[in-house]
Amino acid sequence: MTDIKAKLGLNVFKPLPAPHIKIKEGMERDSRLKAAVRGCPAGLYSINEKGEFVLTIDGCLECGTCRIACGTEVLDWNYPEGGAGVQFRFG
Amino acid sequence: MEKFDVIVVGAGLAGLATAWTLAAEGVEVVVLERGDYPGSKNLSGGRLYLNPVRDLFPGLWDGAPLERTIVREGATLMARNRSITFHYTGSELRTAPPQSYSILRSKFDRWFSERVEERGGMILAKTLVTDVIREDGKIAGVIAGGDELRADVVIACDGVLSLIPEKAGLRAPGRAHDNAVGVKELIQIDPAVINDRFNVGDGEGAAHLFAGDITKGLFGGGFLYTNGESVSLGLVVSIGDIAKEEAAGDVPALFEAFKARPEVEPLIRGGKTVEYGAHVIPEGGYRALSRLHGDGILVAGDSAGFALNLGFTVRGMEYALASGHLAAKAVIEAKKAGRYDAATLAVYQKLLEDNFVLHDFKTFQETPRVLSNPHLFGHYPELMGNLMRDLYDIPAGPKSPIFTTLRKHLTLNQLWTLLKDAKEITKI
Repeated sequence: MTDIKAKLGLNVFKPLPAPHIKIKEGMERDSRLKAAVRGCPAGLYSINEKGEFVLTIDGCLECGTCRIACGTEVLDWNYPEGGAGVQFRFG
Repeated sequence: MEKFDVIVVGAGLAGLATAWTLAAEGVEVVVLERGDYPGSKNLSGGRLYLNPVRDLFPGLWDGAPLERTIVREGATLMARNRSITFHYTGSELRTAPPQSYSILRSKFDRWFSERVEERGGMILAKTLVTDVIREDGKIAGVIAGGDELRADVVIACDGVLSLIPEKAGLRAPGRAHDNAVGVKELIQIDPAVINDRFNVGDGEGAAHLFAGDITKGLFGGGFLYTNGESVSLGLVVSIGDIAKEEAAGDVPALFEAFKARPEVEPLIRGGKTVEYGAHVIPEGGYRALSRLHGDGILVAGDSAGFALNLGFTVRGMEYALASGHLAAKAVIEAKKAGRYDAATLAVYQKLLEDNFVLHDFKTFQETPRVLSNPHLFGHYPELMGNLMRDLYDIPAGPKSPIFTTLRKHLTLNQLWTLLKDAKEITKI
């Protein structure tokens, strides 16, 4: 199993001043987030020992899979501010 | 407060096509792009079919950074432990002008944006549009970087998530079963090795699609396109399917398993991955399109839902280019009338119907449903693979008659399923 983190490390990222996607407060255990654990191409969603879903924003490819899979009731979803985040050199 | 004739949200193919067309007519247009530079947020498979759009952009294509002319097509049906592949090539694919090219969007879009600027179109990078300005029920501009920017018309070319049309009240958020997620590695390989490995000459390339066990029965498939000095290797999976409880594995794991398949690994052997990207793809077809126009707003490209998967061909970029171009044409018409209300801008819909864009979406409106038949991604690849295995097998003892082998796999039950699915296939 190739480490997804190593693969994301190949990309150019400009620093994110603040997380642009957040799990809404009180939604950390919402089962709709399971879809993001399976669907996120960067593997940024996981479940912690308390059974809560956790999102680590570093490495986000801004594809929007989680917004579509889980919906905006559970996610506060925005693009990063202009010039921040992933910058594809090839695309 | 700034006021423009036209604000375009997003410097992708749709947005740049709009601006390129408008700038030539002397319309004051600004493209707002959230990336560090135009192209930096853009990712496709990617393969561009030029025939539908060549004449819409006269003079643009000479000198365009296109990668390789596609002269070989391949498709592989993947069963769990075997596969069947076919290749197609022909003199028609090698005859000028070429039908299609592989393309890398970050390079191409950046180049395209420079052509827009040459014509007097303005491009503001590092500028995120966060909302629309609504006045008297019409869209009067956008909020970008905290500033109000006003225009007669806003053209939403903001990509597949379509947040601007959503904020403008033209659509609801995209649904999981109408969208797929694509992941892709850009793998550098020596150009001479690409030529040898894919049986092509300098400047020529291959395209290959894969379907079956690689998505573990989920809607989707793999792709490989040869670029000048790299290959684009990717996997696409339905978001609705991967979200299901019983889905096997996650997207990164499915992709790694795809890369490791004996049919794929030799194609990328010795290559060096230099980028890993992802992009959502609209797969819902005609029924999933956004509303295309409103008071003071038009929608083009992925934002409108303009992508079409026909199994053998997966297209989005021509629809983005054409719809962007036609949005510009609609604005030029509206400018003549001096009105930008929904009724006047409705000419966009007509232009899309008269051109190939909406025509194609109507022709193929049943295709997404038919192609979502799970049999296509599990049952048939296994059946075909098993049939091949037994036809090619030479046992230690006597070999069964070929008809017996055929009947073993194609039972009456099987033929009945096949017939039912074939009836559906007539609708594509």
